[in-house]
Amino acid sequence: MGQLEIEKISDTTFVLQMGPHHPATHGVLKLWCEFEGERVINIKPDVGYLHRGVEKLSESKTYPGAMTLTDRLDYISSMTNNIGYCLTVERLMGIEPPRRAKFIRTIVSEMTRLSSHLLWLATHALDIGAMTVFLYAFREREQILQFFEKICGARLTVSYPRIGGVRVDIEKNVLDEIDKFMDEMLRRVDEYETLLTENRIWLSRTKGVGQITAEEAVSLGLTGPALRGSGVYYDIRKLMPYDAYPEVEFEVPLGENGDTYDRYLCRIREMRQSALIVKQCIEKMPEGEVLSEKSPDIDIPHQGKRKIEAGDSLWSGFIAFSQEKHDLMPKGEIYSAIEAPKGELGFYIVSDGSGRPYRMRVRAPSFIHISAIPKLCEGHLLADVIAIIGTLDIVMGEADR
Amino acid sequence: MIELLIMLIKTTVVFAIVLTHVAYTTYAERKLIGRAQARMGPMEVGPHGLLQPIADFIKIFFKEDIVPINAERFIFQIAPLIVLIFTMINLTVIPFSSNFILADLNVGLLFILASASVSVYGIILAGWSSNSKYSFLGGLRSASQVLSYEIALGLSLAGVVLAAGSLNLRDIVIAQHNTALGIYAIPQIIGFVVFVIAAFAETNRAPFDLPEAETELVAGYLTEYSAFRYALFFLAEYVAMYIMAFLCALCFLGGWTIPKFITDILPFLDKVPGIIWFAIKVYAFIFLYIWVRATLPRYRFDQLLNIGWKVLIPAGLVNLIIIAFLKRLSL
Repeated sequence: MGQLEIEKISDTTFVLQMGPHHPATHGVLKLWCEFEGERVINIKPDVGYLHRGVEKLSESKTYPGAMTLTDRLDYISSMTNNIGYCLTVERLMGIEPPRRAKFIRTIVSEMTRLSSHLLWLATHALDIGAMTVFLYAFREREQILQFFEKICGARLTVSYPRIGGVRVDIEKNVLDEIDKFMDEMLRRVDEYETLLTENRIWLSRTKGVGQITAEEAVSLGLTGPALRGSGVYYDIRKLMPYDAYPEVEFEVPLGENGDTYDRYLCRIREMRQSALIVKQCIEKMPEGEVLSEKSPDIDIPHQGKRKIEAGDSLWSGFIAFSQEKHDLMPKGEIYSAIEAPKGELGFYIVSDGSGRPYRMRVRAPSFIHISAIPKLCEGHLLADVIAIIGTLDIVMGEADR
Repeated sequence: MIELLIMLIKTTVVFAIVLTHVAYTTYAERKLIGRAQARMGPMEVGPHGLLQPIADFIKIFFKEDIVPINAERFIFQIAPLIVLIFTMINLTVIPFSSNFILADLNVGLLFILASASVSVYGIILAGWSSNSKYSFLGGLRSASQVLSYEIALGLSLAGVVLAAGSLNLRDIVIAQHNTALGIYAIPQIIGFVVFVIAAFAETNRAPFDLPEAETELVAGYLTEYSAFRYALFFLAEYVAMYIMAFLCALCFLGGWTIPKFITDILPFLDKVPGIIWFAIKVYAFIFLYIWVRATLPRYRFDQLLNIGWKVLIPAGLVNLIIIAFLKRLSL
């Protein structure tokens, strides 16, 4: 950490260590900032305060067991983390989840996108001083979390998807409730917009702040709304479709100027699209199984072999893979990515044929977005640094892993 | 001797009433913002949380008074007192009704502007003596903010002084009552708007609450303060809000009077004591403070100064010229 420290370059500047417990650094991000008055001269992000060794830990867990670790990556959108992980393992094993499971996954991942964007909107607005939006957004997020509770029993760390499908089916009445809520959600998004989108103070605080061109954004590796705000058409749901995304219609909102305001608009429009995707999925929802026939066999001591069934606890999955066998999985390596709320969430897994990943690497969007902070903050003021942290939508659990 | 006693009683009454108002303004603020944000606000202490301010007071009174080890001890300790004293002292020149005023200064308005400037010293000293970077930035922000907006505030009030021909707040109200409209807010609409915006900035309230912007500077100049010294800053902030509300009511909304054309139509309104009209106007202004806080985001520091120097000061000057012409023509 010593190398990250900033040396003062002149007597007219001062060094401020912002974080790791600062109200606006969204967790434990630490920024070494050098200011001249309030103007940023130099800024260095310092990450690692929330490092829990998820990648290394997963090497000692079985494939189904490692999924619970992915819950804790981006802890406000654990559904998409699970889905990203399961999808990677499925592709490695060559399993195709049933159609109904795909639709359910699409529904929950779009609901996760909504809840993640709501949390982003709440904190971003609060950072810029609009405190009422915060509670409005949390009101709706609470309802989404309650739906998660109805679907799988957990609110945050859900572990709902399974390798080869999802754990339990969603009941009809819950689907109807979700459908009804999505209509309300569309109205609520309009409500947030009345407070912010045309607000003069909001405009002057976000327009032209943290501007980044499309080329720079691509070369920094930004993904998700942070990249689409600069007008780059890159959405894994469209370009490398997974789950039920090929079967639903939706737009990918793009920005023009690549500033904080455009990223704001992108996310707001994405929320509308997400609600519409959920509605379409519920409408087209097929009947059938929610867990693939080919999903891994489990071997429970004293009970003999049996399949993982819908409703099984995760524990049963552990046992199957905890055997020291080397023919459980195909050997090889795989990278696959999904469109998480924050950007491209990729999992790279090396398999040596045993029941545990030989190496797992997570390509977390937040970590890569943090590296863009110095570029985005060039020549801005202290207050803009806060707005820029907000607009990148960083979650430290994912960045530090 | 008796005069002194009466004076003491009057002072006590005024301070007690204002401080009770301050306590319940925090309650009203939490309730109103709670309502704006679709929640209840304080509900636990007493019916509908009515005893919340008292509970807060007791709690904060028994907290440990922490002085950071690297702080400039003496200045750190007296800074909140400077702010509070030079804010509270303004209460002496406020006429609450036609015959209730503690000190009938003939330069009352000037006195308020002067002591408001002095109270900024407390904030700057608090920021500097805390020996913390966030506090320091907060103090600097506050200094430049109050300095810029004081000019705008002064200019908007200069129009009033010009129209009334006096710096005495009582004379201003009486002069106002004698005009056809009965309030200065209408002929001096530019000055009124400038005054309201500058008043928000002068009291460090949203959307100009930069010196204590919690998401940027943690708590600004308050960062290192705790316990009752922290409460003193808060007390001063709310008293300053009331001073601005008083000034607004007195200089632009006719103080304890209501316009003559209204009493001509509805003569029974004349029977209502002046203090009630005054209170209604003051409460309305305080409500505006709270409403704005619940609604608007915060300005950035450079934008704040731009508004002060490039918009409000020219607007204040235009207002002054217009009033000068009006005054010249009517004479």
